[in-house]
Amino acid sequence: MDFDLTEDQRLLTDSVARLLGDRYSFEQRKQLLAAPPGYSEPLWAQYAELGLLGLPFAEDFGGFGGGPVDVMLLMQSFGRHLVLEPYLATVVLAGTALRLAGNEAQQGELIPAIAAGELRLAFAHSERQARYDLTDVLTTAKAEGGGWVLEGAKSVVLHGDSADKLLVSARTAGGRDDAEGISLFIVDAEAAGVARRGYALRDGSRAAELSFSAVRLPAEALLGERDQAFPIIEQVVQAGIAASAAEVVGGMEALQAMTLDYLKTRQQFGRPIGENQALQHRAAEMLVNLEQARSMAMLATMVLEEPDAADRARSISLAKVGVGQAARFVSQTAIQLHGGIGMTDEYAAGHFFRRAMVFEHMFGDTAYHLDRLAEGIE
Amino acid sequence: MDLRFTPEEIAFREEVRSFIRDNLPAGTRERMRLGHKPSKPETIAWQRILNAKGWAAFNWPREYGGPGWSAIQRMIFLEENLSAPAPELLSFNITMIGPVLIQFGTEEQKRRFLPRAANLDDWWCQGFSEPGAGSDLASLRTAAKREGDHYVVNGQKIWTSTAHHADWCFCLVRTNPQAAKRQEGISFLLIDMKTPGVEVRPIISIDGSHHLNEVFFTDVRVPVENLVGEENKGWNVAKYLLGNERTGIARLGISKAAIRRAKEVAREVRMNGRPLIEDKAFRIRVAQLEMDAKALEIMQLRVVSAFAKSGGKKPDPLSSVLKIKGTELLQNSSELVMDVGGPLAMPAWQQELEAMSNEPSPGPDWAAQMAPAYLMLRAASIYGGTNEIQKNILNKAVLGL
Ligand SMILES: Cc1cc2nc3c(=O)[nH]c(=O)nc-3n(C[C@H](O)[C@H](O)[C@H](O)COP(=O)(O)OP(=O)(O)OC[C@H]3O[C@@H](n4cnc5c(N)ncnc54)[C@H](O)[C@@H]3O)c2cc1C
Repeated sequence: MDFDLTEDQRLLTDSVARLLGDRYSFEQRKQLLAAPPGYSEPLWAQYAELGLLGLPFAEDFGGFGGGPVDVMLLMQSFGRHLVLEPYLATVVLAGTALRLAGNEAQQGELIPAIAAGELRLAFAHSERQARYDLTDVLTTAKAEGGGWVLEGAKSVVLHGDSADKLLVSARTAGGRDDAEGISLFIVDAEAAGVARRGYALRDGSRAAELSFSAVRLPAEALLGERDQAFPIIEQVVQAGIAASAAEVVGGMEALQAMTLDYLKTRQQFGRPIGENQALQHRAAEMLVNLEQARSMAMLATMVLEEPDAADRARSISLAKVGVGQAARFVSQTAIQLHGGIGMTDEYAAGHFFRRAMVFEHMFGDTAYHLDRLAEGIE
Repeated sequence: MDLRFTPEEIAFREEVRSFIRDNLPAGTRERMRLGHKPSKPETIAWQRILNAKGWAAFNWPREYGGPGWSAIQRMIFLEENLSAPAPELLSFNITMIGPVLIQFGTEEQKRRFLPRAANLDDWWCQGFSEPGAGSDLASLRTAAKREGDHYVVNGQKIWTSTAHHADWCFCLVRTNPQAAKRQEGISFLLIDMKTPGVEVRPIISIDGSHHLNEVFFTDVRVPVENLVGEENKGWNVAKYLLGNERTGIARLGISKAAIRRAKEVAREVRMNGRPLIEDKAFRIRVAQLEMDAKALEIMQLRVVSAFAKSGGKKPDPLSSVLKIKGTELLQNSSELVMDVGGPLAMPAWQQELEAMSNEPSPGPDWAAQMAPAYLMLRAASIYGGTNEIQKNILNKAVLGL
């Protein structure tokens, strides 16, 4: 076990911190939120130049050959600035699916394009009726004329509105809630029969409702084995949890720092409010929670490459609960300690608050993962 | 001691409930059931309906147009109104400026303002907080200088709820900067929002709504007859206003409506392949909140009865318990509703709709207001005296620490 960063990891975090320090002030971010696509295209290109978009991919495909720890460090930096670019959707979610399930042709075509910043992807799995149930897939793909015909709808697809291609899960066998019989497809976002409706989530990041009506796909669109996509989907979601947990830890660091600063500067009753022991204890509790979250984000990162699927799922659920609860506590306390100013859209605390709120309701909430853990108690 | 409602009280609850059922406009009812905040016209319309019935000034003495209810009846009325859910009576009018004028106002002020406040012909707002004066309200700096028949007001207020709707503002201003104690140089002024030099600027809150404002006063001339109480004695007026009957402080009806709403939607969404309403952990969470609601209800009855027995004189320090538990329940129940909505509570469907005019919402109706309600209620433990300040009050006034 070793908690120290390697020289490469230090260089990576330093250069990202510098870039975001320059380009991601609260005001700059506000401008990005105001106009489509809801993030910065020039920055996306810069991420490519820095090798960030190829971070977890093999060098053969133009990648950087990094691992989960590198992604964790990067996401933490992104979290401190509430980065809006579709990194989670493209590199983490879709990237994981391609790495795990893509054949050589698919990987060879798509991964270098991702790494070069030329291709943005979205992972379109969740459906409206499913809430957090990963096996609840009603979208269908029927084999026809040597290809497939896709029919159905996907809900709250992260960055689904600006993606060039969509990785869509669909039922090729079995019924609602069967883990067997789900397959993944690579779908061109502009293909005939694909309809997209984009919107902002409460934290300003983008998502979309997608529908597919009689969308014709070639045979090569199938990603991975027919009917056997469920374990892949689970791993994609696990990678998503690990990465977004790290991101939220970065956000909590920023919130903690901001709150501490406010406690020292805001004067009421003739002294800084931070001199009240009641508030000192709240600040200390924020720290305790932040450290819990940091530990659990590390756990999630470490287990991504754990071969035992049950072990991996359990640790990921532990991490999602630990980070989710801490995020809720830290963000709620941060607002409370700021008083009225914490309630305004013009102040950064509320934006971190809403990012934590959205995180909690992605990939299964606290209740969902506690339930899974409870089922597994021996 | 008897914790049961009397038959008369039960009949009264039924009377209120059926009046609301028969008279609340259907559009308002449906929008509010889906969690939307009432619009300005909806609030005005409903308060006028209640006023025509003689119920709007529910806590004022009969001679000023109140219904002459007991403390318990007032509590029942508020709870039924909130949990309907119907628009809240405008508290600035009914529980703040009304009682203040009845206690401290001149006959002329009462005649001029009370009937209009009850009927919401005037929309009032509260200009107390300033950038430098929040919890430490007595440090306020907005200055009022006497010049002949007028005060000339200069300064800034902040967090002024609904100032953009308001016709009038009741304001705390500093009339004697030299007073030995800060509290002794403050006066209570009524300011017409249309007076030249009053400027209202919006503050958008984290739920995306415009509720809060900054209000700037530049050489605003206020006739001296708009002073309430004596000059430099405004702090007593403010203390009366803040300590005045706190029947409604816990806003229990809103929490009850939220818990009900969470259960309703939990029938429509799933958890592990079954309706969420069947999930044991969910049911335990609901049970916990229902316990909190019941405890609060009884607590509220105790405080209200004690206040009534004191002849409405002594604000009960236990009302701080109501504020703390009431706002915690408001926050926890809104959190439950949002968690039930899950991923579908996260999109800002509303914003998108406003931009696209006629298109139908991409999301289910029940999801739209879940997150905004949760977000806005984070303020419940901040306004009306933060929960930390309430605990300080309990420490001093009850525990003697
Ligand atoms: C939604 C909303 C609506 C509002 N509407 C109105 C309105 O209509 N009119 C109006 O006049 N005002 C209004 N307010 C203002 C409200 O009354 C103030 O926000 C409140 O008094 C707190 O003041 P502050 O925001 O300056 O926070 P501060 O007083 O700066 O407090 C910051 C933090 O420090 C804590 N703190 C401060 N002093 C102490 C202490 N001695 N011990 C322990 N902790 C302490 C507080 O609890 C809080 O957590 C509104 C506020 C909100 C959020």
